Amino acid sequence: MTNLTTVKDHNDNQQGGGDYIQFVTVVIGGQLFGIPISQVHDVFVPEKVTRVPLAPPEVEGVLNLRGRIVTAINMRRRLHLEPLSGDQGMMAVGIEYKSESYGLVIDAVGEVLNLPVKEMESNPSNLDARWAEISGGVHRLDGQLMVVLDVDRLLTSLIEPKAA
Amino acid sequence: MDDLLREFLTETNESLDVVDVELVKFEQDPNNASILDNIFRLVHTIKGTCGFLGLPRLEAIAHAAETLMGKFRDGVPVTPEAVSLVLSSIDRIKEILADLESSNGEEPAGDDGDLISELERLSLSADTGDAFEVEMDEEAIIVQTLERPLRPGEVSLDELERAFREAEVEIDIPVAEEEQSDDQDDLDKEPEIAVLAKPAMANEQDEAKKNISSRGDQKSGNGQGVSNQSIRVAVETLEHLMTMVSELVLTRNQLLEIVRRHEDSEFKVPLQRLSNVTAELQEGVMKTRMQPIGNAWQKLPRIVRDLSQELNKPINLEMVGADTELDRQVLELIKDPLTHMIRNSADHGLESPEDRVAAGKPEKGTITLSAYHEGGHILIEVKDNGRGLNLDGIKRKALANGLATEAEIEKMSDHQVQKFIFAAGFSTAEKVTSVSGRGVGMDVVRNNVEMIGGSIDVRSVVGKGTSFIIKIPLTLAIVSTLIVEASGDRFAIPQLSVMELVRVQSNSEHRIERIKDRPVLRLRNKLLPLVHISQLLGMSAEGELDEDSGFIVVMQVGSQTFGVVVDAVFHTEEIVVKPMSSMLRNLTMFSGNTILGDGAVIMIIDPNGVAAAMASHASSSMAAAVEAAEEEAVGTNSDTDMPISLLLFRAGSQEPKAVPLSLVTRLEEFEVSKIERSNGRDLVQYRGSLMPLVYVNEHARHKEEGTQPMLVFSDLGRSMGLVVDEIVDIVEDRMSIEVSSQTPGVLGSAIIKSKATEIMDLGHYLPLAFDDWFVRKEVSRSTLSKNLLFVDDSAFFRNMLTPVLKAAGYKVSVCDSASAAFELLEKGASFGAIVTDIEMPDVNGFEFCAALRNDPRFARLPIIALSAVVTPASIEQGRQAGFDDYVAKFDRAGLIASLKDVMTGELEVAA
Repeated sequence: MTNLTTVKDHNDNQQGGGDYIQFVTVVIGGQLFGIPISQVHDVFVPEKVTRVPLAPPEVEGVLNLRGRIVTAINMRRRLHLEPLSGDQGMMAVGIEYKSESYGLVIDAVGEVLNLPVKEMESNPSNLDARWAEISGGVHRLDGQLMVVLDVDRLLTSLIEPKAA
Repeated sequence: MDDLLREFLTETNESLDVVDVELVKFEQDPNNASILDNIFRLVHTIKGTCGFLGLPRLEAIAHAAETLMGKFRDGVPVTPEAVSLVLSSIDRIKEILADLESSNGEEPAGDDGDLISELERLSLSADTGDAFEVEMDEEAIIVQTLERPLRPGEVSLDELERAFREAEVEIDIPVAEEEQSDDQDDLDKEPEIAVLAKPAMANEQDEAKKNISSRGDQKSGNGQGVSNQSIRVAVETLEHLMTMVSELVLTRNQLLEIVRRHEDSEFKVPLQRLSNVTAELQEGVMKTRMQPIGNAWQKLPRIVRDLSQELNKPINLEMVGADTELDRQVLELIKDPLTHMIRNSADHGLESPEDRVAAGKPEKGTITLSAYHEGGHILIEVKDNGRGLNLDGIKRKALANGLATEAEIEKMSDHQVQKFIFAAGFSTAEKVTSVSGRGVGMDVVRNNVEMIGGSIDVRSVVGKGTSFIIKIPLTLAIVSTLIVEASGDRFAIPQLSVMELVRVQSNSEHRIERIKDRPVLRLRNKLLPLVHISQLLGMSAEGELDEDSGFIVVMQVGSQTFGVVVDAVFHTEEIVVKPMSSMLRNLTMFSGNTILGDGAVIMIIDPNGVAAAMASHASSSMAAAVEAAEEEAVGTNSDTDMPISLLLFRAGSQEPKAVPLSLVTRLEEFEVSKIERSNGRDLVQYRGSLMPLVYVNEHARHKEEGTQPMLVFSDLGRSMGLVVDEIVDIVEDRMSIEVSSQTPGVLGSAIIKSKATEIMDLGHYLPLAFDDWFVRKEVSRSTLSKNLLFVDDSAFFRNMLTPVLKAAGYKVSVCDSASAAFELLEKGASFGAIVTDIEMPDVNGFEFCAALRNDPRFARLPIIALSAVVTPASIEQGRQAGFDDYVAKFDRAGLIASLKDVMTGELEVAA
């Protein structure tokens, strides 16, 4: 298991002012997304994913990350995008949520961006409802838009499906 | 709460458990002075500590009880009445301690005058002569055996001695206690006086000395001996240690796996050492979690004693193997089932004394509780020598409950018939007693035992007795599993439920046969139902499987035996069960997951889940016979069986309460200072408007300081805060209301997280917040046609949604089945719309709707489907059946919106 970055520890001091939020950018189906760095535990390459029969379709499976069992969530499937073709390498962003480990399987990880809070805009009203559900807002960057992933809403929506 | 008090609570609770047991022993053996001394000492310690900590209520009770026991010690006859009284004082002490614990060290207010005066009355009556003289003979004999035979003429001496002893008790003991410091001098002087009283006095004196010295011993013991040998460790510390060791075991397994691949590795020797050390460490840590099963039995003698009095049956409880050790987690979980079984044995296992004598048995019934180890499991047997199970009664009941047909029962062995008592809702007790026979019997026990991966069996011989045998794993943390493969994935099956493995090949003796596409296997003289695991787990369709070769894992869960077909069987492995993430926890087919030696994660199959799926499989094949679509039949599970998210909280009392989480708008905490009082009610400013607070009952109050948690319910711009003491948990559980309630505000009680929990009725509270909550909307919508028919077979949903619909301003008529609805409609009742459940027995929602659409009267009536299953396919099916809309259960807002849509739509059409 390759561990590319462990970013958990050094986020506190840089986020100090509160006016800026650092985002880890990831690409899912060509779209740039940003995940607040404070919520990212690590970034890894998912290997040996065990599929879980009968699980919701978004659940890619479970895998062992340094002795912890991580539930991998296929973000393409969550966002209703086509699955990644062929054997393109997958990446995952590790997230701790309510002391459980989840991995968001994405296409690629980009850089870390430091963006002012006030520049974030709310979701455009015509955003696909399935996207709007997990998007916390949009940042306009040079040449492209970055959708802010609301990790809490994403995971809650999967843990507590509305129709029981 | 300070440490001192906490320590006191733990210790006292332990002491009280011992006192309970000892008192029962003492009652049976009133002449055993050492038991009495032990009890006396414990109660005395409690009294002393209470005084020290300033707990006057406890001290007073302990003191009164001690005084009475002091009389016993002086030879007052021990009556069951007196023992009962002492036992009830112990109970009172326990109650106070529990309150003390929950209220953080405040001794609860209360009056124990009744108990104390009763204790004092008995103490006093013991002092008066009459009761005394009877006992005196016995007492004298005991004293005299130490000296010389009693001569007839020495009655006066007895009198003298008695007079002396009475004086002695009232004066000497307190003196001895107070003056322990200058002990021996005083004591040495006393024999001078005692000379007059003759040797008996010296005897008394010795005892007093012994008491003092033993008390002294104990003091020094507390200071040095005991505390040096054992320490108290918080359970969490042990749990954490256990987790770490589990991790270590996993890592070790991984290392071993790696080394196995490299023949000449230099790691081999050190790894071997590491492996040994790990194994030892694991064993050591496991040992810290091990507790003698006797700890779970401690309360039983007392329970049996009380039962014996209540039922008027002399009962002897024998306990064998109390020092058999098992994991404390398991221990906690079997406590209740065991108690239940003992109660059962005492109540309907054993006959009344008259019947016993008539049957030529000793009058006193015996219940034997034994425990022993057997190959990684612990076997617990509860055996009585009573009348045995009534086979005919069970057969009758099984027939009546539709568990089996007459023909099936005819073919069953006695043992199979006996096993019916584990079926849900099965109780053969002809009359309901306060002890048992309320239908929540052995099935609950079985569920509890199976929940911890155990199994239960019954053996019974009519007239000789019944014995229940529970087999449970020693520990829950590590289970032995069989690793199998299906459709390229590996799964772990717990060994406990695996009976045997059968290899099948199309040309061998064991081959898979089919009865209307259902695979079965002839195994010895039985027909075993089979299911392929890939199919069970939805990994492949029936046709694709090569079902004619592979392995059959024969599994037994409760009384159900079935075969699971797998592609390959690997090896057995001891695995550490890790809970699944909450996202996957609703999968009943798996009990957890773990990391194997090669580092891969593997899912652990839950045998109970498989058994349940087998059962529903069976029902789906029945449904196929009536030409219902198969998927539909799978969805026929009644709604109450579906786990839903419940919010558990406490309010007003200790009992847990629950509301479906979906009804709660949000959880809030307010500073108590923010709670304002206006017009006789409590309010808080919430989001720019005033939100009224309501309390679960008139006893509940908000806190005095700090923050006040509350549940906020919002509906159409109005909010209400339900004041709670504490939010306990959010659980996924089935909610089947077992006992309905007459109390306003409570729908009934259900078992949630294995505790009886009150399910709250929000419909009761909404109007409390705004008197016009319902009225307001009725007025605002009076233009709508408000009559609504709501059809749902589940009482829970009827109870939950009816108030919701009412709150939205509709007049709701409720039917529990489609046929009842037809009847109502036939009678000419007219409705503005119908809301119906889809998953209903007999006529389901689709059929119901289709039937209505065929009737010209109802062809244009708005009908809304309400279902737990919302998939594109089912929505499409709903459209075809003629539904106007298809709404998910629990989507209250959606339902109301949809109703509004269809009904206004209808009005427009009409207009």
